[in-house]
This record gives sequence, C-alpha cells and structure tokens, in this order.
Amino acid sequence: MKKKLFPWCLVALLISGAFTACSPVKEYQKNKLNDSEMSLSSRKVEKNELNFQSYREGAAGANGGKTGGGCGCN
Amino acid sequence: MKKICLTVVGMYLMLLHAFSQVTKDTSTFKPRKLTLDEVNLVSSYYTQNGDHSAVQGGIGSEKVTDLANGLELKWVGWDAHQRKNTLTAGLGIDLHTAASQAYISKTGASSRTNGTRIYPSLDWTRENEKKGTSLSLGAYYSNEFNYQSIGVSAGGTIKTKHNGEFGLKLSSYFDQVKLIYPSEFEPNSTTTSASGGGEDDHPHYGSSPRQTYTASLSFSQIINTRLQASLLLDVVQQHGYLGLPFHRVYFTDQTDAVERLPSNRFKLPLGLRLNYFLGDKIILRSYYRYYMDNWGVRSHTASLEVPVKITPFFSVSPFYRYYVQTAADYFAPYTQHLKTDTYYTSNYALSAFSSNFFGAGIRLAPPNGVFGTHLSSLEIRYGHYTQTTDLVSDVISLHLQFR
Repeated sequence: MKKKLFPWCLVALLISGAFTACSPVKEYQKNKLNDSEMSLSSRKVEKNELNFQSYREGAAGANGGKTGGGCGCN
Repeated sequence: MKKICLTVVGMYLMLLHAFSQVTKDTSTFKPRKLTLDEVNLVSSYYTQNGDHSAVQGGIGSEKVTDLANGLELKWVGWDAHQRKNTLTAGLGIDLHTAASQAYISKTGASSRTNGTRIYPSLDWTRENEKKGTSLSLGAYYSNEFNYQSIGVSAGGTIKTKHNGEFGLKLSSYFDQVKLIYPSEFEPNSTTTSASGGGEDDHPHYGSSPRQTYTASLSFSQIINTRLQASLLLDVVQQHGYLGLPFHRVYFTDQTDAVERLPSNRFKLPLGLRLNYFLGDKIILRSYYRYYMDNWGVRSHTASLEVPVKITPFFSVSPFYRYYVQTAADYFAPYTQHLKTDTYYTSNYALSAFSSNFFGAGIRLAPPNGVFGTHLSSLEIRYGHYTQTTDLVSDVISLHLQFR
C-alpha cells in the first residue's frame, strides 16, 4: 500500500509545488507565453493522431480530444 | 536657436504622445458583425498493419488506410456589450479501407472493405474580456455506415486574479451502433453466400444505442514568464452497447460468438501539461496522463515535444510519446476464452501492451503570410507508431491556416 501511494504523493507534491510557486506576470511579460507553440492545448495538426490513438488504445481523454462516444472507438 | 530647440521639443512631445499607452475611449466602441477570421484545413493520411484483427477473434490482418480531411471556418464579432462572439463551423470527411471488414463474412468474401465517415460540427463561444469569463455551446454529428452519433456540449471558463483559468465543459453523445453481425450469426445466413455474403445482403439492420456523458474540468496557470501548466480531468460515464457486433471471440473449444462487454463503463483520465520556453529558441511541451476505468484498464501516457525555432517564423518539432496499459478484465487472446465467461473480447485495444510514437513536424508562420499570401501558417507532421502487439502504423498530417 505504501509503495502504491508513494508515486501519487510525489506527483501531488510536484503539482502543488509548481502551482504555488507562481510569480506575478504582467501582460507585457507574456511575449514568450503567448507564442503559439506554447499553447496549452493539442495542436490542430495532431487532431487525427489523437483520433487513431483512441481507436487503437484502451485509454482516451484528458487531452482536449475524444473521451469515447461519437465514433466506433473505445 | 530657440526656434530649433522648441521645434525639437515639440516633435518629441508629439512622438511621446503617439507611442504612449492611452486608455481606450470605450464610448467610441462600435459592435462588429461576425466576419470570417480564420480558415483551417487539416488533412492526414494514416496507414497501419498488424495481425490481431478483432473481426476474426484476435487473428488476421489489421491493415487499414485512412484519408481524413477537415475544414474549419471561424467567424468573430463583438456585440454591443463588448463581448467577443466566435462561431466555428467544421466539416470532416474520412475515407478508409479495412482489410478485416472482408471477414465479417466467415469466408472473407464480404464486398464492403471501405467506408466514409462524415462529421459536421458547430461551436459558439461568447467571451467577456472585462469579466474574464466565457460561455460556449456546441453541436456535433457523425455518420458512417455502421455508426451514427449526435453530440451536444455546453461549457464555461473563468479567469482568476492570478493568471489562472478554471474551465468546465459538459458533453453528451447519443450514438446508434448498427447491428452488423458476423455472417454466421445473421438470421438465415449461409456462410458461403454466392454474392459475397456479409452485410450487403441484409440492408435492414437493427441498431443499439450508446450514450456517453462527460464532464471535463480544467485549470490552467501561468507559473512564471516562461512556464505555464494545465491540469485536465475528465469524468466519463458510458451506457449501452459498448462493443462492436462484428467482433468475434473464439472459445477454447474453437466455437465462436460475438464479443460481449458490460453495458456500463466509467472512465477517469487525469492529465497534466507543462510548457516551458527554454532560452530564446527552444520550447518544451510535456504531457502526462493517468487513466483508469471500471473495466480494469490502467494506463500511463507521457509525451515530450521540443519545437526548435530555427528562425522566429520557422520551427522544427521532434516529438516522442510513450504509452502503456494493463488489459481489461474481459480480454483474452484467440481461443483462450472459456464458454463460462460472462464477458469476453479479443479486441487487442483492450489487451496489455505498450506503444511508442515518434516523429517530427515543421511549422512555417511568417508575419506577412507564407509567400505573402493569406496562408498564415503551414504545418507538416509525420509520426511512426509501434505497439508491442506488433501493430505498426504511420501518419502524415498537413495543417494550413488562412487568415
């Protein structure tokens, strides 16, 4: 049980650490963040890759794409 | 001399005024009707091969080709309350061939080995920049020979004071699976039909419903001037016919049946994205997802893409994705299922495997358009995919954006 919990605690710690370490960023400081390749969503060119992965793999979702339904996939 | 000095001071003040940040006079704001702002074209060619076809119970060719084309038109306008309205209309058409479809007929003589999928969509978003909120609605439709789907969605986002944003999207799909059974299970079927057997001899199939309800939660946060992250959680519940009627299963005694799966599935994928701008030319796009469902599938997905800016407008992006999953409780290979099993499938998408996907893309987005045209960006991406089940595939995609 301890072994199973350890990676989850580590991930939770990393995530909470990252989100709480935020420093204030002004609009004029966002030139790098506003770069189109910094977007926090999948690229449009990836759309069909996500589609075939949802057919060939058991997992889907949490990537802005399909979660099941809408196709004869999983 | 005095004149020259005053002229220089006057010119300086004029320039200062011209470049100073002035507050926008909102009283002069005029609403703008929806106008076409962006057109996106995405085309992909996909090809795969393997030897674990679910149609033949986990053996046989998985050869597939798919040509997918998508067109998306985006209109943008502002209403009298200074809210930004975006209407996006999409149309996708996929043309595919699948060698395994011939084996819906027991003899491999089924004449239908290709198909077309058409899927239009409509999305509307209203964004209030003053309040930092947005609302969206969507409607989707998909139609192919053996599958129809209608989908709707509604969602909203709200920005926090500290460069964060919460999002919630609820979506539902109402699908109909056409009950095309393997030829030996069709009523009054003969497995050696003279006209090829299989589905073309039986134009009136019944269908079975499948519903999918999803709540998608997201939180994105700017961490510093180079790093931003987002946390994504989908809560998914599916009901209805969750298998496919032409998937066979062979039991230990060599007899066969149509795969049988539970009529409920609960899925819980949790994803994390971290994007970091390293120096002036390199971006690190990382992603991790943990997935679990009540069929016993657990999976980890990790990917890293590294766009390198050769010039500010041209980048090369190598990427790598690793995926691993455990088998569903109901999976067993060809002739491994017992007749006493309640549920059974030999679909290798539900088996235990790992996969590697790697490749590279190029992106060209000059400020005045590619070759000075309305083509604002051009992307080409190639990827090679391998599974430990011996499935191998390649995909090449093209994205053109016009503005």
